[in-house]
Amino acid sequence: MARIKVDGVQVEAREGAPLLEVLRGMGIRVPTLCHNEAVSPYGACRLCLVEVASGPRTMLAASCLYPVAEGIEVSTTSERVRRARRMVVELLLARCGDVPRVRQVAEELGVTRSRFPQRHEACLLCGLCVRGCAQIAGVGAIDFTNRGVHMELSSAFGVPSEACVGCATCVYLCPADAVRLDAIRSRPSPHRMDRSGRVRCAVCVPQATP
Amino acid sequence: MDAERLDGIMRRHDYAPSGVIAMLQDLQREERYLPLEGLRLIAERVGIPASRVYSLATFYRSFSLKPRGRHLVSVCLGTACHVRGGGRIMDKVTRDLGTPQGEMTPDGRFTVEPVRCVGCCGLAPVVTVDETFYGGMTQQKVAGVLRRYE
Ligand code: FES
Repeated sequence: MARIKVDGVQVEAREGAPLLEVLRGMGIRVPTLCHNEAVSPYGACRLCLVEVASGPRTMLAASCLYPVAEGIEVSTTSERVRRARRMVVELLLARCGDVPRVRQVAEELGVTRSRFPQRHEACLLCGLCVRGCAQIAGVGAIDFTNRGVHMELSSAFGVPSEACVGCATCVYLCPADAVRLDAIRSRPSPHRMDRSGRVRCAVCVPQATP
Repeated sequence: MDAERLDGIMRRHDYAPSGVIAMLQDLQREERYLPLEGLRLIAERVGIPASRVYSLATFYRSFSLKPRGRHLVSVCLGTACHVRGGGRIMDKVTRDLGTPQGEMTPDGRFTVEPVRCVGCCGLAPVVTVDETFYGGMTQQKVAGVLRRYE
């Protein structure tokens, strides 16, 4: 066990555990968009930033990827953290300001508009679909392609994939409802979105799908 | 693309997932680009998703999924070369070859691409053809340089 300090409170946490887990376990609200316990953390959205003091150094770190270590001091509410998160959410708003989840997170952080030009993208590149497909479905039908401002999600070679099993894990995980199964999979998927945006499976009993 | 030669490349890197970038580099050196069929074979034989290989192949600027000419002309548009007129050199090269950036000339001789810094800013503006560097380029020198390549 490691002894750490969070917002001035001394706590014990498992050495190496993701800091985010510890914070949430303490009931601290940490906004996230790219995090889901079912898959490995990835550090894409940067909303979970906290200030970590380790020895003489203090830095901003993505808590979802930061492993707990003896003696660190964490601040989740400092001015620096608040400012950084607001900047991050402004950038996310600029990229996909039409996405309800992004708007909601922005609002929680007290941000309603972005100073940056709007791009109206559907996907925020959190990579949850990629990780879900690889780690839960064990398939790997989608991945990032290109990079920087040209980065997007795609199945191999930009054509619908034969590897995709149509499980719709990516659809469940996507915080932006941006995944279109029929664009990923070469054959029609047994899963269909109904009008409420829920995924329905034609193979399993309908009640079995959440 | 020759499947046996590609297998040789993969063997050289032990068919290891960690060797995929090296395989792509070798394949590109032989074919001058990455044929989709090759990417597919690598994914299959190494046992990683094709989407992963495609992701790697599209991430690095040095990889090309489109066939490239026999010679790669890279016009540097990095900061120093930009300031020293790299843009004008690029204009001249594309005009002389009659082909836009990123495209191959119809005769398959050249592909022209912009690069962001080749690491010798003191020679700006710089053009490289394959592995050869041409520093202090001017529009006048372009034709002479291109003439050296068949
Ligand atoms: S939850 Fe940590 S970066 Fe997204």
